[in-house]
Amino acid sequence: MERAKKQQLAKIAAQMRLDILDQVHAAGCGHPGGSLSIADIMAYLYFSEMTVDPADPAMASRDRFVLSKGHTAPALYAALAEKGFFPKEELLGLRKIHSFLQGHPDMKNIPGVDMSTGSLGLGVSAACGMALAAKLDGRDYRTYTMLGDGESEEGQVWEAMMFAAHYKLDNLVVMIDWNGLQIDGPVTEIMNPTPHDKKLEAFGFHVMVVDGHDFDEIEKAFEKAKTVKGKPTAIIFKTVKGKGVSFMENQVNWHGVAPNDEQYEIAVAEIKAKAKI
Amino acid sequence: MAEKIATRQAYGEALAELGEKYNFVVLDADLAAATKTGIFKKKFPNRHFDCGIAEGNMMSVAAGLAAAGKIPFVSSFAMFAAGRAFEQIRNSIGYPQLNVKIGATHAGITVGEDGATHQCNEDIALMRAIPGMTVINPADAVEARAAVEAALHFDGPVYLRFGRYAVPVINDKNTYKFELGKGVQLREGSDVTIIATGIMVDMANTAAEMLQAEGISARVINIHTIKPLDREIVLKAAKETGAIVTAEEHSIIGGLGAAVAETVCEGYPVPVLRVGVNDVFGRSGSVPALLEAYGLTPANIVEKAKQVIALKK
Ligand SMILES: Cc1ncc(C[n+]2csc(CCOP(=O)(O)OP(=O)(O)O)c2C)c(N)n1
Ligand SMILES: [Mg+2]
Repeated sequence: MERAKKQQLAKIAAQMRLDILDQVHAAGCGHPGGSLSIADIMAYLYFSEMTVDPADPAMASRDRFVLSKGHTAPALYAALAEKGFFPKEELLGLRKIHSFLQGHPDMKNIPGVDMSTGSLGLGVSAACGMALAAKLDGRDYRTYTMLGDGESEEGQVWEAMMFAAHYKLDNLVVMIDWNGLQIDGPVTEIMNPTPHDKKLEAFGFHVMVVDGHDFDEIEKAFEKAKTVKGKPTAIIFKTVKGKGVSFMENQVNWHGVAPNDEQYEIAVAEIKAKAKI
Repeated sequence: MAEKIATRQAYGEALAELGEKYNFVVLDADLAAATKTGIFKKKFPNRHFDCGIAEGNMMSVAAGLAAAGKIPFVSSFAMFAAGRAFEQIRNSIGYPQLNVKIGATHAGITVGEDGATHQCNEDIALMRAIPGMTVINPADAVEARAAVEAALHFDGPVYLRFGRYAVPVINDKNTYKFELGKGVQLREGSDVTIIATGIMVDMANTAAEMLQAEGISARVINIHTIKPLDREIVLKAAKETGAIVTAEEHSIIGGLGAAVAETVCEGYPVPVLRVGVNDVFGRSGSVPALLEAYGLTPANIVEKAKQVIALKK
């Protein structure tokens, strides 16, 4: 990847991390850990990979994105606001009664959200439906879905994987945010769903395992996915939960709590210092 | 001001306390900290099983445990217990009438900021429709604690509904007696009866006081066991007060209001009006703002009471 592009994506991701913190801090609740872990991937998706138009959110030819791990909505909202789907100021309304920014993604009321999610384990199925529709309608848009590593414990996820391979949905990219943590503890200790790569290969996927914080690797994986024919692609992104905020990184207790004022200031300062913004 | 405790907190503490005397097991689906089964887990790590985020599987595992003679308490949020795992509950637990206790927390709109996907206003309707399922919705921490013990001693499937939000303690823990399937008359009255369940019971008391100030005499009944419903206390209220308002933190479809209306229609028809979530989805917001927005308030109960009195023949 060109240096300039990489710098630009890094800047967007840092801005998104700040916006994620702003949202959960203003709401006084929400899920920072799993939002921060996907910030780099979301930046790449919305600013390099997907074809979407903020002026026409319902454009029929747009690429689709389903945030199956819907609790990390702040990452999606940050990307959508950064892209211009709605004004940045709206982010501070997250989870408040008069705001359209619901605690979990709401496709009816939030421009740019392609599927309502929040109940884990449903998103891959919905993404399969979108990908199949593209095939039926002869459209060439692609469908992307992001699920959590903990979320992959849901049985329906694997029913959907079977479906995706069975119908040869090569226009579908299933991403797993492998941050290693769920609510009650480390994913491998709570209910070990590994090895994802071997399972997904056995299910008929083209599987890649890449660093979810390295834009070169992220780009390579998405580019490779476009060349895969006759089968769906799965990208297992190795990430750090809470990435970018030292005291949140790899900490299970930062799954679903907001930083207080002091923690918020420290977190913002850290991200700004690192990104030189 | 009464002390405020969430019923889920009372649930977790009850499990930990009763666990000393009784050899039941507890299952959770990656929500032990939120459902409060974590309190039990701390004390009895070998009798607590995290099933991961796989609620359907968890329900059928519980059925197997019960079939082998164990008593499992199974917890997740109401949405993912009654909702996600409905079919497993119906077929694995309900149909064979297995001795499984489903402790569903975060029921209703008082989930708050998580919004519509997590606010289950349909669980009573779903669970009530399963033959042989006992459905309990306690009003406060004292009743919740007692309900857990009653469920433990009852042989058969039980759905226990708990809330996330801290609500006033209205019962006295030293004198409170829980009788499964029996409604509790909290206040005498002759013009109208307010039949409430869960967190709406406290509001029903407040509403009755507001009505009293306007010269209207309202009876208040707490229905903690929605199924089997105490027909006797409901029909007596219909006969003696001639009008009924129901109040629940649940959809007006299929819950307490529906159960009371069905009973009254068949047994002694009088007008019934329902306070509840009016066949709409919830949304994100603070709990007080949501209660206000969805009309789950004493003022709305008062309003409905006046309307139902006007409908009397
Ligand atoms: C069906 C369902 N069960 C439980 C929950 C509650 N819940 C929200 S987030 C979460 C843990 C998710 O862990 P993971 O998928 O690893 O997400 P991440 O680490 O990316 O935040 C759980 C259990 C839910 N939202 N949906
Ligand atoms: Mg995770």
